Amino acid sequence: MDLDQKTLLNLYKTMTTIRHFEERGIPETGQRQMSASVHSSAGQEAVPTGVCAHLTVDDYIGSTHRGHGHCIAKGVDPKLMMAELFGRATGTNQGKGGSMHIADMSKGMLGTNGVVAASVPLAVGAALTSKLRKLGRVAVAFFGDGGANQGVLHESMNLASVWKLPVIFCCENNGYAESTPVEYGLSVANVADRAAGYDMPGFTVDGMDVFAVYEAAGQAVARARAGEGPTLLECRTYRFYGHTVFDNPLSYRTKEEEDIWRARDPLKQFRERVVPEGIITAEELDRLDQEAEDLMEEAIRFADDSPMPELSELYQDVYVDYPLDMMRRGVNMAD
Amino acid sequence: MTTTTAPMTSTVAREIMYREAINEALRQEMERDETVIIMGEEIAGGAGREHLGIVDAWGGPFRTTVGLIQQFGNQRVLDTPLSEAAFVGAAIGAASTGMRAVAELMFVDFIGVCMDQLLNNAAKMRYMFGGQVKVPFVLLTRIGAGFGSAAQHSESFYSIFSHIPGLKCVVPSDAYTAKGLLTAAIRDDDPVIYFEHKGLYGNRGPVPEEPYVLPIGKARTVRPGSDITLVGISRMTWVCTEAADELAKEGVNAEVVDLLSISPIDYDHVIESVKRTHRLVVVDEDTPVCSIASEICARVAEEAFEYLDAPPSRVTAPHTPVPYSRPLENIYLPNASRVINTVRRLVNG
Repeated sequence: MDLDQKTLLNLYKTMTTIRHFEERGIPETGQRQMSASVHSSAGQEAVPTGVCAHLTVDDYIGSTHRGHGHCIAKGVDPKLMMAELFGRATGTNQGKGGSMHIADMSKGMLGTNGVVAASVPLAVGAALTSKLRKLGRVAVAFFGDGGANQGVLHESMNLASVWKLPVIFCCENNGYAESTPVEYGLSVANVADRAAGYDMPGFTVDGMDVFAVYEAAGQAVARARAGEGPTLLECRTYRFYGHTVFDNPLSYRTKEEEDIWRARDPLKQFRERVVPEGIITAEELDRLDQEAEDLMEEAIRFADDSPMPELSELYQDVYVDYPLDMMRRGVNMAD
Repeated sequence: MTTTTAPMTSTVAREIMYREAINEALRQEMERDETVIIMGEEIAGGAGREHLGIVDAWGGPFRTTVGLIQQFGNQRVLDTPLSEAAFVGAAIGAASTGMRAVAELMFVDFIGVCMDQLLNNAAKMRYMFGGQVKVPFVLLTRIGAGFGSAAQHSESFYSIFSHIPGLKCVVPSDAYTAKGLLTAAIRDDDPVIYFEHKGLYGNRGPVPEEPYVLPIGKARTVRPGSDITLVGISRMTWVCTEAADELAKEGVNAEVVDLLSISPIDYDHVIESVKRTHRLVVVDEDTPVCSIASEICARVAEEAFEYLDAPPSRVTAPHTPVPYSRPLENIYLPNASRVINTVRRLVNG
């Protein structure tokens, strides 16, 4: 393994922070906000971690409905994310977005997105900004195997290719588009096979192995930074839970399959690989797990102690500038 | 961006066409602000053939963008593949990361292929993100029947855009408003949909050479009157004035209001007029159900009911697609005689 200890610790820290956010934050959100629209990325941590490790704070990412991991890996504060999930005024989006719209423009995080593949052209546009203004930034467009079949993705890959934009199209192929198995909806064996249609390199890697993701993403990001254009990177991964908190995944997949993938847990694999080599001790990783656990307790406390948005916020930030009167006139609001 | 706004009409000597006014606004704003970019299909034309001496082959499908690529180059004037979802989305992404991005959708009928980017990203990002982002994005698109272009190249359905919170929508009616509203749209920090009417491109009118801004959300009265208020949208404003000229011969003095903006809508301007004239007809080239015409009638009924001497009424396209055959298209379009007949009924009824 040629990664230094600091890089390794950072990779694990990101993964365990994501895991703890999903495992603690989602049930706690359910108790408070009763939202059906929260999607756990537990199991998929290696993908955002391995990709975003190559990005600076100024680079851009566009994300999906299953985007908590992307946010954390891009440096968004989990406390502010928790507050957002709880619908609090202190949230990343002041409580007006929730899980499917978490954004932090100061971190180049262009939003998780509730419409499948809809953030992809936003990332392409951010890459265009970078190219036109010579900012040297790259943009990663995350999407899933469901998003792989959306027209806007294909248009975006073509556009990024003909304009040679610094984009990494990163498919998190977790095997299921809601309940639909990937092999039912995908015309090719690998999402990455489609790269050929857009004259860009395509790779399929083990998305449960953070080192495989890290290595492939490193090449894709380097290519983008060098002005050589986009890459399609497919990461084979698995979500440990259902599509949302409410569906039972065993209605469309088997326990045996889940067990096989759970045995390939990216955090567990990391330990099994790194600790025997003596680069990092099990105790150091345990300490990172404990820190993540403590951070979630702190985040939950922070969110619970935060105020709900003022009711007047209903009308704020629809526009930069628009007559308030037009938003409420004649609707007989109860005030 | 704070800018002083110009008067709602112009009396300068220089006259140019509506199409040229659009071109001039684009050129001047691109000169003024290097973050302004424009992208779309055929906005230059013959893209990528500079090595064969081909540049600006079309100058835009209606020549509204002619000359821009020669002046600003192909990095700021970007011909796109036929991929509206991607380039409209990319323009929104560029606008949210520091550019002022203008995208051109050749005909409003094509919105279906990229509506999601407009509806779910451009319109909602600022709100969903808790005010973190500005989206200074302009969508230029075209409306208008009367050219034998049939159902997929002739619609005027601007009302669906004004229905969407987060978007602003303007409908310039002449060369002066075309330039002033486009300048305003490009300088605006919110997404603005700018509807060019195909039937107005050749119209000439007085336009100042220097840049100026008309306020988005303000209507104007183009013909004062006392007996009835006719509200026009885009080209229909001139159908209203044509009707008003005829009605004047019968002794009916119609006031004509040019709406200019359909989000926000200048309700107060219309209501102030109706309170003086006591009657209202809205003339709208869009189809009638859930239309701007319906919206204005409802608002006037709610807020000026006691001033009305007749029911607020509409002259619109019928609830049908735009037909191809000339006689059918002719009856589809609202015209002065339909307006006159409606007014006679309201005034004499």
